[in-house]
Formats: sequence, C-alpha cells, structure tokens
Amino acid sequence: MSIIINKDTKVLVTGITGRIGSFHTQDMINHGTNVVGGVTPGKGGTKHLGLPVFNTVKGAVAETGAELVVSFVPPPFAADSIMEAADAGIKTCVCIADGIPAQDMIHVKRYMRRYKKEDRMRLIGPNCAGIITPGEGFAGLMPPHIYKPGRVGIVGRSGTLGYEAASQMSERGIGVSSSIGIGGDPINGSSFKDILELFESDPDTDAVVLVGEIGGPQEAEAAEYIRDHMTKPVAAYIAGLSAPKGRRMGHAGAIVSAFGESAQEKVDILKQAGVTIVPTPSSFGDVVEKLVA
Amino acid sequence: MDIHEYQAKKLLQKFGVNIPRGGIAYSPEQAVYRCSELSGDTWVVKAQIHSGARGKAGGVRICRSEQEVWDAAQWMLGRKLITHQTGPQGKMVSRLYIEEATDIRQEIYLGFVMDRKLERVVVVASAQGGMEIEEISAEEPDSIIRSVVDPAVGMQAFQAREIAFSLGLEPQLIAQASKTIMGCYQMMSEMDANMVEINPLVVTASNEIVALDAKVSFDTNALYRHPKISELRDKSQEDPRETYAGDRGLNYIGLEGEIGCIVNGAGLAMATLDMIKMAGGEPANFLDVGGGASPERVLKSFKAVLNDPNVEAILVNIFAGINRCDWIAEGVILAVKELDLKMPLVVRLSGTNVEEGLKLLAESGLNIETASSLAEAADKVVRAWRATQMAEAS
Repeated sequence: MSIIINKDTKVLVTGITGRIGSFHTQDMINHGTNVVGGVTPGKGGTKHLGLPVFNTVKGAVAETGAELVVSFVPPPFAADSIMEAADAGIKTCVCIADGIPAQDMIHVKRYMRRYKKEDRMRLIGPNCAGIITPGEGFAGLMPPHIYKPGRVGIVGRSGTLGYEAASQMSERGIGVSSSIGIGGDPINGSSFKDILELFESDPDTDAVVLVGEIGGPQEAEAAEYIRDHMTKPVAAYIAGLSAPKGRRMGHAGAIVSAFGESAQEKVDILKQAGVTIVPTPSSFGDVVEKLVA
Repeated sequence: MDIHEYQAKKLLQKFGVNIPRGGIAYSPEQAVYRCSELSGDTWVVKAQIHSGARGKAGGVRICRSEQEVWDAAQWMLGRKLITHQTGPQGKMVSRLYIEEATDIRQEIYLGFVMDRKLERVVVVASAQGGMEIEEISAEEPDSIIRSVVDPAVGMQAFQAREIAFSLGLEPQLIAQASKTIMGCYQMMSEMDANMVEINPLVVTASNEIVALDAKVSFDTNALYRHPKISELRDKSQEDPRETYAGDRGLNYIGLEGEIGCIVNGAGLAMATLDMIKMAGGEPANFLDVGGGASPERVLKSFKAVLNDPNVEAILVNIFAGINRCDWIAEGVILAVKELDLKMPLVVRLSGTNVEEGLKLLAESGLNIETASSLAEAADKVVRAWRATQMAEAS
C-alpha cells in the first residue's frame, strides 16, 4: 500500500507531446509507472512514445480508464487543464506548472466545488515536483534512484528539499512509503492536512516527515490536525528562518504577511502540537532515524 | 509588481472611482506649472515611490503657495526616502504627483486582498481610515468589516451596499460608495491585481467620495495577459541587483550579507540561507538556478551574484534530482575561469552524477572547496570568508 499512486494506477499525461512532457513521461515509463496515454488537443489519434494520444481528457478516460492525470501544460493554459481533468472524472491531478495566475487558481478551486466532496478530484500542486511511491511509480519530476521503498511518508512544498530529506533517509536505510510535493504556490490543491490524513490512514506508513516553509496558514492548520487526530509520529522542517518579512522567497507563496507565517512561529506552533522539529536541512536523517527507532 | 500611486489612480478612475485632479512632475518647474494648471490655492506634493507610509518620511507635503511647492519638489526629487516598507536602503524619488487639495470630512480604509485560507478575494474596510491596517487591527479590531467575494459570480452590489452601510455612511452617500467599492473589485479582477488598497478613501466637505491614495500590486504570473500593465514597471524602484538578475531570467533576491548563494530549488535556497546564518555568516542573496540548469545558466548565476559588490565568498548548493551534478560542475569551472574568481568558493553537490561532478571539480586544478552535506558546506564557506577577513585585517 501507499498513498495516491501505486504500480497499478493508470496515469494519463496532459501536455505529453511538449518537450518537458515528453522527457518526463519517458522517465516515468522507464521506472515502471503505468502510463496509459496522453492528451494534446489536435493530436488525437496519433502515437507518442508508443502511447495513444487523445484530443480530450474525457476521450482518453473512455478509452484507457485513466485515473490520475499529470499535467505538463504550461502556466497560461494549466488552470484549464486541471478543470478538464476534474470534469472528466479523474481521481487525482498532479499539476507541475510554475506560474499560474492566482486568480486562475481561485477559479479552479471554486470550479472543483461543483462536485460532491466524495467525488471531487484531488489536486496536487501546482508548482510542485510531483509524487512518488518508490519501487512502484511516480508522476512528475522525480529522481526515483534517491528513494528507497519503506514506511515513512514525506509531504513538502519544495521539490529539492523533499529530495534532500529522502536521500538522507536512504543513506541510513530508511525507506519512503510515498512522497508528495504539494507545491510552492499561495493557492494550491491539497494542503499539508489533506495529505497527512491520507498517511494517517495508510497501513503502510509508520511516520511522516513534513517539509514546510514561510508563508500561508497551512502548517498551522496541519499542526492542529496532528495534535487532535494523528496517532503516527511527525517530524517537520520549516525553511526560511532567516527570510526577511514581506519578501517573496522564490516560491510565489513563500512570503510572510500575517501572524503565524514566519518560520519561527510555524516551528513553535508545530512543536506545541507534539511534532519533532528537524532543526537544520542536514538533520533529516538523524531526526527520522530516532523517530522510527 | 508594484506601480506608483498616480498610475493606480488613473487605472481606478477608468473603473468609476473618483480621484482628485492632479499631474505628474519631474522637476520643480513642472511642479509649479502643474499648480497653475490645477488653479486653486492649496496643493499636495507627493513623492512617487513604491512604498506606503511616505508621509512620515517627508514624501507628502501640503503647500499653500507656488514657492512652497517649488521648495517641496526641490527637497524630494533625487532624495532617497526611507520608510518601514523600503528597508534601510530607501527608495529614490524621481517623479512627483501634484494634486489639488481635498477638504476631508471623513477618512475610510478600503482594501482588497487574496485570502490564502479562504482562497478568495476578501474586502476589508474600516471607518478608521488614515491609519495602516496593522494599526487598525491592533487598536480598533471591532471597526474592521470583512466581505468575501464568490469567484463564480464576482462581487455583488448588495455586498458593496452592506459594506457602505456598515461604515456608517449617510444614506445619500451609499450609491457613490458602492460604485467605488465595485469599481475597485472590477479593476482587481479584470487586471489580475493581487492587492488594491485605498487608504484613505475620503468623504469630502461637498459630500463626494474620493480616493486620496491608492496602492495596487499586480500578479506577475498574469502580466502576460496585460501588456499595458507591464509597461508601468519602474526599474528605478527595484533593487538594481534584482533587476540585473531578473532581466536574465534568474530568480534572485538581494539581501544584506557577504556570502553569495547559488542553489537549485526555492525551498533548498531558503534552507541554505538559514544554514549560512546558523554557521555565523550573512547571506548576500537568494538565487534559485532552476531545474534543468545548463553550464551557461550556472555562469549567468555567478555573474548575477558577483554583480553585488558586497559578495566576498560564494556557496553553490545543488541537489540534483532531475538536474545533473556533472553539468553543474562544468558550469562552476567555466565561471571560475571566465570570471577569474579569486574569492573563497565552496561547492556542495549531491544526487544524480555526483561522482562525475566531484571528479570534474577535483581534476580542474582550481581552488574549489567541496562539501558533502549542506551543514558542512555552510561551515566551510563561513570559515573561509572569516579567514579572508582576518587576512585583510592583519
């Protein structure tokens, strides 16, 4: 078991014929991901990387039974690609695009509410590196060789910090059940809390590593969930302790604009909720080793 | 992206918001000429910088003669104004806005922001205008009125009316106030603004509702669909280091320290700055080289970092997932040779092709220190920087 993706998950790639879409789709296939096809409007009926290409997500779902969409569609058209996936009955959409206008994301989140909660698509991202279940498959931009299959879940905003955590764990022989990148945008799909809920109920996850950063209310929301509902141990690292207030640190969402949004405030809130703090980005390995011992 | 007050006002006027008459001036002569155009006997000279709280820094002056206007303009132009929003380096005044004076009866705060928790636009208003919103929420929290806009249908007239009545405005002012509130929202949603703030919005002695100040910030991700807004960018208000890097497609933020940083990924870049600080150093910048960094892009990043004269040591921290360490190493070697780099340089490589990358660095014969973890890299670069400081001092 794992969360969101496993070796049987039928993956559809939107924007499959683009340069970046092609490159990463090939990589996903090479590592055993069950990619069933792609979508590029106007190229339906052709083949790409040996896979059938469709004009619409609905058409692709009808033919292939795809359940998970990974969108490599560029930012100006990415919001549309997310809504198309939601409307086609897709279960999970992983959106990679970095640079979707905030108002487009507001519209996406509002649009998704037209489906009942139990039927609503799970959106991961945008502006994320993707998701992986080591040894089974991945969706997005993932270096599978740094992950070992195992029983610790990872959820984080930043791609490279997630890699950092996974590789330090691998060096100590600690494997990962699934790793989920929720992305660095201010308005995103799944929150930390949404993913923690999945790890909490996943029988193959024993502990979770949360990789947060400055800006936004999601770490505080996660802390409340951990305190009140989580039985599994959680370790957390928060990037941006030295970030000046009011400056946007790379990620569109990484900006301190309210109370509870600075790194120190987030660390304090998480600590109070019983979370083990990873004090530096070089101590993921040490802390997680003790956590699962 | 921020714009100036006069630009924000002109935009809002197109959406039905009343603004005082005014004109732009680049010199004291022009400022005085604007007064004669506006006629009257009282004018306001306002420094145009991308910052609030200009008044406290001397950037807003009420003048009762042309001589006073001249003097105010002379004092402001070419001056760097320092406010709590500009940071210690301040912002240069190169243009002024000369406005007719307004007879103020009541001041209102009106703001439109994107609320990250609600994932919607929220209107914030208070009858305690003139103060900053932080002060209002600290001192008069009960005066704050909030209204959430449903993105499916946009702001509705009843919401604007509710806000206007909650502000305690007199019945004959409600229609005007609603029109102003609706206009601001329309501008925000049509032009992809992140934030609109009218502080103060005033009721004049002749019962008109007028935006006395206006602050608007746009979503840079949406500028591609608003070329007219992109043209309003004023590079003189930006940190020149950030302009240089930004124009070369790099994600760079200038900071105050001496240790330059080149990192891949925004989260890891933030973490790197934290580690430098923990090791006792001060980072000079944030720089995310991005995913598929070619040797040329690494060279470009070195140039951007070295464009800051305060930089005295450099730390390169790469965790290659979809990147390749050997490519990064090639870029580092290229940069050291081409830029004839003499200052301490510490490189930490991890992930894909790390052995090949380290081998290239070792075989280059260049004076490049390597580290296997970020903690080690931060320690090494801070120590190497300190050594150069000591050498200089002795």
